[in-house]
Amino acid sequence: MCLAVPVRIVSIGGTNAQVEIGGVRRQISLWLTPEAKVGDYVLLHTGYAINVIDEAEAKQTLQLFEEMTKLDEVY
Amino acid sequence: MGETILLAHGSGGKLSHDLIEKNFLPLFSNPMLNKLDDSAVFELSGQMAFTTDSYVVNPIFFPGGDIGRLAVCGTINDLAMNGATPLFLSISLIIEEGLSWEELRIVANSMKDAAQEADVKIVTGDTKVVNRGNADKLFITSSGLGVIPPGVNISGANARPGDKVIISGTIGDHGIAVMSQREGLKFSVPIESDCAPLNKLVAEMLEVSSQIHCLRDPTRGGLATTLNEFAKQSKVGIQIEEEKIPVCDAVRAACELLGFDPLYVANEGKLVAIVAPEDAEQVLDKMKQNRYGSSASIIGTVNAEPKGKLIMKTRLGTSRIVDMLTGELLPRIC
Amino acid sequence: MKFIDEFRNAELGQRLVTKIRQSSTKPVRLMEFCGGHTVAILKHGIRQLLPPIVEMLSGPGCPVCVTANDDLDKAIALARLPNTIITTFGDMMKVPGSYSSLQEAKAEGANIKIVYSVQDALTIAQDNPQKSVIFVGIGFETTSPTIAASILEAEQKSIKNFHTLSLLKLCPPVMKALLDLGEIRLNGIVCPGHVSAIIGSHPYEFIPEEYKIACVISGFEPLDILLTIAMLIEQVEKGRPKVEIAYPRGVKPEGNTHALKLMDKVFEVSNANWRGIGVISKSGLKIRKEYEHFDAEKVFSITTAPIREPKGCLCGEILRGVKTPLDCKLFHKICIPEHPVGPCMVSSEGTCAAYFHYGVNYG
Repeated sequence: MCLAVPVRIVSIGGTNAQVEIGGVRRQISLWLTPEAKVGDYVLLHTGYAINVIDEAEAKQTLQLFEEMTKLDEVY
Repeated sequence: MGETILLAHGSGGKLSHDLIEKNFLPLFSNPMLNKLDDSAVFELSGQMAFTTDSYVVNPIFFPGGDIGRLAVCGTINDLAMNGATPLFLSISLIIEEGLSWEELRIVANSMKDAAQEADVKIVTGDTKVVNRGNADKLFITSSGLGVIPPGVNISGANARPGDKVIISGTIGDHGIAVMSQREGLKFSVPIESDCAPLNKLVAEMLEVSSQIHCLRDPTRGGLATTLNEFAKQSKVGIQIEEEKIPVCDAVRAACELLGFDPLYVANEGKLVAIVAPEDAEQVLDKMKQNRYGSSASIIGTVNAEPKGKLIMKTRLGTSRIVDMLTGELLPRIC
Repeated sequence: MKFIDEFRNAELGQRLVTKIRQSSTKPVRLMEFCGGHTVAILKHGIRQLLPPIVEMLSGPGCPVCVTANDDLDKAIALARLPNTIITTFGDMMKVPGSYSSLQEAKAEGANIKIVYSVQDALTIAQDNPQKSVIFVGIGFETTSPTIAASILEAEQKSIKNFHTLSLLKLCPPVMKALLDLGEIRLNGIVCPGHVSAIIGSHPYEFIPEEYKIACVISGFEPLDILLTIAMLIEQVEKGRPKVEIAYPRGVKPEGNTHALKLMDKVFEVSNANWRGIGVISKSGLKIRKEYEHFDAEKVFSITTAPIREPKGCLCGEILRGVKTPLDCKLFHKICIPEHPVGPCMVSSEGTCAAYFHYGVNYG
């Protein structure tokens, strides 16, 4: 229910990572996502990455929208 | 002189004189101030504007500025928003015992630079020193006096249906710059506070139009609060378009992180103008020629209804009410 | 911003709206369970895009709103203890307890700091070894693993002055309790996307199985929500309710198994008191015995005065989706953000606050 924002991992040091979004940087914890790597996008919630974002799935979802009928094609 | 300011520096004796004569006088020097009389004495005629404000920002230093710059620009801008040409400022400092000379020097220099840029003189002032813990390092109160040129009538109650709404640049920069320094948040942003004196920008706008109905700088409460104020004062409805509101990427990102809406984040170097539709484009063009208006944009229109309300057309094409800020902007997790 | 901007595209949104309008033939009542969805729906004016036969109700998914008065009173009592620093998310500051709020306690001299992350609370504890630092732990399964991690980190680093008041709650049990109350008839539920990032999709399976209600797990951008609504309508039209994920970039069916392990290590399931609903069994988390030296309730003894509930406040019914803020006599007249009567008006995700801020007639 909670605000989680997609951020990109720029560097990792121990259980922490430096992440970036729109030029803003912050240090966050990877305690919940030890598998995350530099370059991954993660969902950031209150200073912790809660999941690694599946970029392939994101692309598929956007494709799904593209495939839907356009408004003017209906009429 | 030691490293920090002592209570004795505020007690009125030799140390107080040193504080003023060695720190402030050389920076703010002008014939009125240099007299060091109890009041600044001058002659003025015409319609005048007079304002006062206190500055208690914490932390006192932030990317792009400090409390000194804020104190000078904020008060100058309040005068400018009524169309006044700012002339004189008074500066009153409440210093917390233990503030370092270096910090005070930086703040004093910021005030000097801002006043010089705006062609405004600091003609009188006061300093007090209070016990440790009784002021967050430094509080500043500044009052300002200006003269309104004949024929200029700018007020929040003057907006009329059909008028255009113009913002002078990107919103949210100041609030986010300050927030990034706050304890408990700590993130780094590639943006600075937009704190700036806007009197010259306003003067240039007034050169090209006599139909600037309203002006205000959207400080605490942000753009949304200011536009709500205009809507209520003028008894009109204001509609803005989300797409047209300039927000820089870093502010957008920081707002996503903290759960803020840029519409509510404070600005210290921006103005909102409500202008008659036939003059809007030329005012916009003039603004863009000034460094403090280079990203200016027409963001909306004034309508007869719904009275007293601000509506925003979202990117999706739907509409929603944008309320005033209630209470403090607090970071949220939900 | 990647993974945000693309999911706000107006043109693609229109296509989803077309799909919704084309496919919806019968009246359908959906509940967005989570406060974050309530806010997103109002902020983007999503209701304006939906055909009138699609009705949206707001649910109790606001961890601030469902914090019972006695829990808030405990937090305030802890704040008044000597030598303590209370650390809390900003959301909790203004929520009225029986007699006071954390904000009022702060004005009266309590040492209360707003933090963005429980990690900041750990840092404050390390920086202030002579004080007891207590973190007010509210949240659902999105936040619970972060608090579990903070307790494990405190253990690892021997940060002995760090404690948590666990007011953490679980979603599937309250969803079940709500459905069992039988007060509202629903066809579909918009399930919380970030809670699901942790717990996955399996915990919701009882909803279509036992209650024949469609479930779709949703992200928070407008396109995510519109896709979710389209998928829910399709399930209802076909009469085949199930659990689906409309947010696959953020949610895997198994969730985040590592996070779930950490939660299980530190917490055990307990009964919890939900404002507006009452005690729901096995719906909360409390700190296990092995970590009880971090548990503020075990370490500190506090007394609280008898609980007082605000008169006339409809938060309970609003949280259960039985009434809307428009049905409340206090809404917009006596209960406004500057002086809220109940938590639904205080929390930025509370239904009443959302209705107030985003304009009741719009979205």
